[in-house]
Amino acid sequence: MKPSLDIRTIKNPKRMKYWWTFVGITIFMTLLYYVAFTQTNLSTRNSIWDAGPLLKRFFWDPFFMPEIHDKIPTYIHAMLETVAIAYAGTLIGAVLAIPVGFLAAANIGGHFSFIGKGILNAVRAFPEILFAIIFVASVGMGPYAGVLAIGINSIGMLGKLYAEVIESIDMEIIHTLKATGASKIQIWVFGVIPQVIPEFCSYALYRYEIDVRSSTVLGIVGAGGVGAPLILAANSRKWEEVGMMLVVIILTVTIIDLISTNIRKRIV
Amino acid sequence: MIEFRNVSLTYPNGHQGLKNINLSINDGEFVVIVGLSGAGKSTLIRSINQMVKPTAGELLIGGENTLKYSDRKLRQFRRNIGMIFQNYNLVKRSSVLRNVLAGRLGHTGTLRSILSLFSQADVRLALESLERVGIADKAYQRADQLSGGQQQRVSIARALTQQPKLILADEPVASLDPPTSHAVMKDLKRINQEDNITMIVNLHAIDLSMQYADRIIGLRNGEVVFDGPAASVSEKTFEDIYGRPIKEDDLVGDVSNG
Amino acid sequence: MDKQKRIPIIPLKQKLFTVGVLVVVLSLYAAASIFTGSSPARFMNGIPEMFNFIINDLIPPNWSYYERVFPALLETWNIALLSTSLAVVFSLPISFLAAGNINKKLWLYHPVRFALNVLRTIPDMILAVMFVAIVGLGALAGVYALFFFSLGILIKLISETVEAIDPGPLEAIRATGGNILQIIWFGALPQILPQYVSYSLYVLEINVRASLVLGFVGAGGIGLILKQQMSLFNYGNIAMIIFITFIGVTIIDTLSTSLRKRLV
Ligand SMILES: Nc1ncnc2c1ncn2[C@@H]1O[C@H](COP(=O)(O)OP(=O)(O)OP(=O)(O)O)[C@@H](O)[C@H]1O
Ligand SMILES: [Mg+2]
Repeated sequence: MKPSLDIRTIKNPKRMKYWWTFVGITIFMTLLYYVAFTQTNLSTRNSIWDAGPLLKRFFWDPFFMPEIHDKIPTYIHAMLETVAIAYAGTLIGAVLAIPVGFLAAANIGGHFSFIGKGILNAVRAFPEILFAIIFVASVGMGPYAGVLAIGINSIGMLGKLYAEVIESIDMEIIHTLKATGASKIQIWVFGVIPQVIPEFCSYALYRYEIDVRSSTVLGIVGAGGVGAPLILAANSRKWEEVGMMLVVIILTVTIIDLISTNIRKRIV
Repeated sequence: MIEFRNVSLTYPNGHQGLKNINLSINDGEFVVIVGLSGAGKSTLIRSINQMVKPTAGELLIGGENTLKYSDRKLRQFRRNIGMIFQNYNLVKRSSVLRNVLAGRLGHTGTLRSILSLFSQADVRLALESLERVGIADKAYQRADQLSGGQQQRVSIARALTQQPKLILADEPVASLDPPTSHAVMKDLKRINQEDNITMIVNLHAIDLSMQYADRIIGLRNGEVVFDGPAASVSEKTFEDIYGRPIKEDDLVGDVSNG
Repeated sequence: MDKQKRIPIIPLKQKLFTVGVLVVVLSLYAAASIFTGSSPARFMNGIPEMFNFIINDLIPPNWSYYERVFPALLETWNIALLSTSLAVVFSLPISFLAAGNINKKLWLYHPVRFALNVLRTIPDMILAVMFVAIVGLGALAGVYALFFFSLGILIKLISETVEAIDPGPLEAIRATGGNILQIIWFGALPQILPQYVSYSLYVLEINVRASLVLGFVGAGGIGLILKQQMSLFNYGNIAMIIFITFIGVTIIDTLSTSLRKRLV
């Protein structure tokens, strides 16, 4: 085969387009970073490299202080409250998400599915912490506000995931059941529920893992659980107490994650 | 010259892929390796550039035992060996040119290559390689926009850009239709003749093997069971290598206008 | 077999198991709802109470308060941007160390995975508390906290993507004599690039939400004024903060989501 084409004539046709995209993104990002570095005070009291002694106060000293040991039961009690808030919130959210999820699923909700989708999108768009603040302000501080915030927020994510599960169910079975003369209730009990239950449970467990973390955080705005004593100790710079609480939190979260992941693996 | 001296290869799971191979392949030869699936064709070819490392014996290339090479030496050694795969192994989202330039990576410093600072000579070489396989006009297209035959040509161009002394091809046409298979085999044959590059090619199809090879090596269960010039080979030879009668599937079909 | 017995539709064992699971789940719920004082009935009461509160106390917001809200929200955004940027840069090399198909050195792979798993159990606020203690009050503590927080998420997502890439091109580049960096840069990176950008944007969204609370522990951003106004029960101002924050978050989410849709 003889050279058919002068290679010097080959030019990258998209070269200009790449160039402009590159320039555009660079200018945009430079602007963002310029604002970030000029408008935000990033100065600090201590350097990150002096963290050693503090980390020792967090994660080493507390193990040798009897007065901290005495407080461990209190911390565990507070952490259990956090775990309970997450549990009550996730469970009620998971139940309430079922009707909303069915409404939002295109194959069940039909023309009305946009209502369900709208509710779910609105809930998810609203940051969880804002829910918590509104609930703390309206029903008062404490775990009850936390359960409300977690429950409502879980509906957003779970409802969306449920709707996706429902949209993927095998409609064949339902048509077959209809053809055998099954009633509406029978169709639901034999045709729909068995198909979706395992996924629903798995997602609810997954959400529970997230909610245990969230309810730790929500305590900080007054929604009950371990967050409140944590912030109290942090404000008075009692780092040994904070450190012990962190240990309790991390251990609990890890244990719950392990159990939940294991159950989830078995379900699906 | 490539010399296998008592080369054996045992996979980590204990399976013996190659058993005491003794072979010598001369410069400029077009060797086709045949054998049933699982016979060890890929293992043999991949042991030459040590994509899998033989566990015993000596593999001499230019008189040096390459199995003793350090990691660094091995990389320098590999850049002189082109390799072509059944599935082309192109980076699909990258442009054709970038894929072909990968053939220069062994010759380009790490930092320079990461910054895409290939020398003009390298870029020209890459474009020339593409031109030799007839797809220079596709240089700036994304690799996944090309047909299978074109993609395999890109991978041939990548190998050519290495300016290799040897090209290894592991079932280069197994994913292609008969006319394209012939076209690609012709490309390989032409490169073999024009540049005097040694070709070692694994093939399934016996008609392709007989048509393009200078020499045929037959493998069964990791052992060489046949080694001779292509001219001396008949269907009977294949039946001996395969240990079973020839079937329709063993042929690509004779389409010589590809 | 006893032919007189009814033939069970669902095997007895499975029935017992299902009932057992239900009993456990519900008794745990009973315990949790007593512990937290939130029976289902009370839960349902909470929702109208919330609407009452919104209508009576939050509306109307104190519009003029925007002067304080905007700078605070900007700081929140900047914390999210800077922490995400750092995480995006650092996550890339570590992701390859945490991907089993690239990092074949088990003595390095397992420790990296272990460290990441530990990192991901730590809630973001806890990191914030720690960094406030370490570097002092201010936005930088927030940047550090969210950097480590998002590093864990991002590395997990990216290393999973890396583990799913087509090994063919890597092999081809290894065969040309490329070293490990060249294999990653030419063979692996182009394959993960769209997901890498998309996950980075996703983490930015997460960080924007996470950075709203940082101020409660003194790590900068809008949380600080939110905390002040809450302790003063200044609902008009709180409403304004919630309103502007909601709009800001929605804008960022929408932009980022539409960008992500175009990428993958
Ligand atoms: N990584 C590996 N680990 C263990 N055994 C392997 C490995 N790779 C290949 N083998 C085994 O070695 C033998 C030879 O494999 P090889 O891939 O060389 O065969 P082949 O002749 O190329 O077959 P095909 O025509 O199907 O490509 C087979 O039995 C195979 O199962
Ligand atoms: Mg093979």
